[in-house]
Amino acid sequence: MMSEEIIKDVIIGENEDYIINLGPQHPSTHGVLRFEVCLKGETVKYLIPHIGYIHRGIEKMCEANTYPQIIHLTDRMDYLSAHMNNEAVCMLVEEALQVEVPERVKYIRTILDELNRLASHQLWWSAFGMDLGALTTFFYGLRDREHILDIFEESFGSRLLHSFNTPGGLMHDVHPNFQKRIKEFITYFKKKLPEYDQLLTGNVIFQNRSIGIGNMSKETAIAYGVTGPSGRGSNYSCDIRKIAPYGAYDKVQFNEILETGCDTFARYKVRMREMWESLSILEQLVDNIPEGDFTAKMKPIIKLPAGEYFKRVETARGELAVYAVSDGNKSPLRMRFRTPNFSNLFVMNEITAGHKIADLIAISGSLDLVIPDIDR
Amino acid sequence: MLNRQELTDIIRGFEPDAEFSEGTQLLEAIVPAEKLFTLTEKLKSDKRTALNYMIDLTAVDFTTHFTVVYHLESTDFRHMLVLKSIISDRENPAIDSLTVLYPTAEYFEREVFDMFGIRFNNHPNLKRFFLEDDYGYPLRKDFRDEVNIIER
Amino acid sequence: MSSNIYDFSTLTGAIHTWLSGMMPSGMVIFSEMVLVGLAFLLMYALVGLFLVYFERKVCAFIQNRVGPNRVGPYGIIQTIADLIKLLMKELIPIRKSDKLLFNLAPYIVIICSFLAMAALPYAKGLQAMDFNIGVFYIMAVSSLSVIGILLAGWSSNSKYSLIGAMRSGAQIVSYELSVGLSLLAIVVFAGTMQLSGIVESQANGWWIFKGHIPAVISFIIFLIASTAEINRGPFDLAEAESELTAGFHTEYSGIKFAFFFLAEYMNMFIVSALGATVFLGGWMPFHIGNLDGFNQIMDYIPSAIWFFSKTFFIILIIMWFKWTFPRLRIDQLLTLEWKYLLPISLFNIVLIAFIVLMGWHF
Repeated sequence: MMSEEIIKDVIIGENEDYIINLGPQHPSTHGVLRFEVCLKGETVKYLIPHIGYIHRGIEKMCEANTYPQIIHLTDRMDYLSAHMNNEAVCMLVEEALQVEVPERVKYIRTILDELNRLASHQLWWSAFGMDLGALTTFFYGLRDREHILDIFEESFGSRLLHSFNTPGGLMHDVHPNFQKRIKEFITYFKKKLPEYDQLLTGNVIFQNRSIGIGNMSKETAIAYGVTGPSGRGSNYSCDIRKIAPYGAYDKVQFNEILETGCDTFARYKVRMREMWESLSILEQLVDNIPEGDFTAKMKPIIKLPAGEYFKRVETARGELAVYAVSDGNKSPLRMRFRTPNFSNLFVMNEITAGHKIADLIAISGSLDLVIPDIDR
Repeated sequence: MLNRQELTDIIRGFEPDAEFSEGTQLLEAIVPAEKLFTLTEKLKSDKRTALNYMIDLTAVDFTTHFTVVYHLESTDFRHMLVLKSIISDRENPAIDSLTVLYPTAEYFEREVFDMFGIRFNNHPNLKRFFLEDDYGYPLRKDFRDEVNIIER
Repeated sequence: MSSNIYDFSTLTGAIHTWLSGMMPSGMVIFSEMVLVGLAFLLMYALVGLFLVYFERKVCAFIQNRVGPNRVGPYGIIQTIADLIKLLMKELIPIRKSDKLLFNLAPYIVIICSFLAMAALPYAKGLQAMDFNIGVFYIMAVSSLSVIGILLAGWSSNSKYSLIGAMRSGAQIVSYELSVGLSLLAIVVFAGTMQLSGIVESQANGWWIFKGHIPAVISFIIFLIASTAEINRGPFDLAEAESELTAGFHTEYSGIKFAFFFLAEYMNMFIVSALGATVFLGGWMPFHIGNLDGFNQIMDYIPSAIWFFSKTFFIILIIMWFKWTFPRLRIDQLLTLEWKYLLPISLFNIVLIAFIVLMGWHF
């Protein structure tokens, strides 16, 4: 009797699932996320993501905080595109109150958006290379990202989560060196970006590990709500900067990067080309910042009129939508953040089935997930 | 791209019971909970509207009733629509699930169930997401947690 | 021609005579063995320590940073500090592991690399065991380390370790073929498997130059295959930190982990030394055919320096691979071996046999 039970425990039969947990502490899942992976040999049969390890109740907290206080909470959702998150809430409040922000504010916000996008893509490239085993990419990417973080620190005092926006404009004006340092950075980075291609993009080993891996058709992307560079790698045109322009985006010329490959390599190339586009947007904007106020006149206590408001921005990972329901008080009745990473995560089961474990790492790296954005 | 009036007419054509709100930022249609699934199915398959992209699915607690809010968009025409359903039953709130139409709805609905307690009929996997099984439903207005939440 | 090079056999002969004067011949052999064993232990430890430091400095240079520079001048005592830390760590036993195999695995890996090290010629006259099947012996002995890896993965009673050990076993067994065939190429040229014979035959030029095209092909295949043999560089799937959290040695801590770590570096030293001996001339200085004056000048540099600098040159190339390339997936790794390297090696052997018959080499 006893021995039969023990034998049943130990032997894994042909038809049973061999389940492995990847995470929550794991060098490759960028944040605390647990993948329950069912394997057959080296091949993944299905996987189930388990989230909630970093759920902080941001939506509930928004109901108890005033609108300027909510800005600081939004920083912490997708911390690599912190500025875009702030901008979404600020623009929602400004449109609700029908306040017109000065041109200077729009230009500076757009410049900071693009700098943030560059910094986020640099970190993505570093981590992606490191996940695949090219450990040197981590150092090259972060070395260049330090230049952007130095610009931020000089103007705002903090490197990553600046919370510089406030409804109506900016908290204070930027440092006088702002334009000069951005121009220096643009010249510096234009020389370094081809090095990234030399190191990783053209490498045969890298191409073997990413071409044909993780195919996501355009219909799958739309059905699962995958936006951002991950969606654009499947030829799905979803750039909010083009669909509903905000800030100074209607004053600059830039291309929406689309790739038809639908696999990991296509998503990789979209982000690399987006870095070039960001540099070109910065070049167009940095010399033309109009003089003026850094904020519009706002009342000390901001109360939105009763009603519902909706605003979308394009973060480095996709479409962030903010939906606010207000009943006339200084805190919203309900604040809802539709975050890009939430939808990007759940397409993984579709596109990973049938690949190997090593491909799972490559696919989740190419989708560029930031876990606090999923859990909020 | 359809403007608000055309979209309103098409929706009234599909569903005469729908009510529309005035003066809002986006076109909103309030539909009874039983008719929601059929209306959404028609809106998705109709060639003029083609609302194939679900941006968001969430719920709001207005103390007396729940409102489940759907933000839909068309990727071909880029017009947006907000669908709402009012659920007055606070003991056992339930509504139909849209998972067969929009695969992404599966996860949005799980989150709404986790936060509000609203059940979705025909949902493939209605389990809690972020929180433990016996925690209660935090985003409801009558939720109290003496240990973790400090009331002002 | 190699008469100017200092011959260590004078030194070893002198020690032998001195010992024979003091004790009966049986004891002499025994005490010589003890001396040689101690010398090897010392060299193992020192070279291992130096290699870890070397790797960290090379890695830092490629990644545009400095590397260890705090502990001791230029950070040379860093490895000793790490070793002391590892020695002081708690050995965490696993509840359901197979205790005998779990403890045995690191020792098997170390013993295999010791066995291989004993047969290498370090300088003229300084070779512990000079078999007439030298190359064959080293190949056989270094294949035994796969047993240690499989035991480590199996006895850890962890799914991750098992997957890592299986992958590693498949990889090592496959790549042994290519290593063997590429070494065989030079054996065909030299006509002997005895390592001292191979080195002597390079007295008028190294085989990589004398054997022109096929020897260069063999050398490249040897570099790739031996990097895969030692689980390093783009082939380190077995211990891929970002995928399986250190693979087959996940569950080892403290001194046992230090053994695996050290054995990996010593294996790198052994394959580089083997490559240097067979392809680049071992301790033979850089001679060019008939230029006697040039050869006399080259002979002034001691043979041990020649040997170690060639070995470290190959080690540098292997380290360069690791820090530049991403990792290959397990099926791509095996495809590379079975569909590309093996056919090329076989074709190369045929080519070399033909060239040797025709006498078309230098």
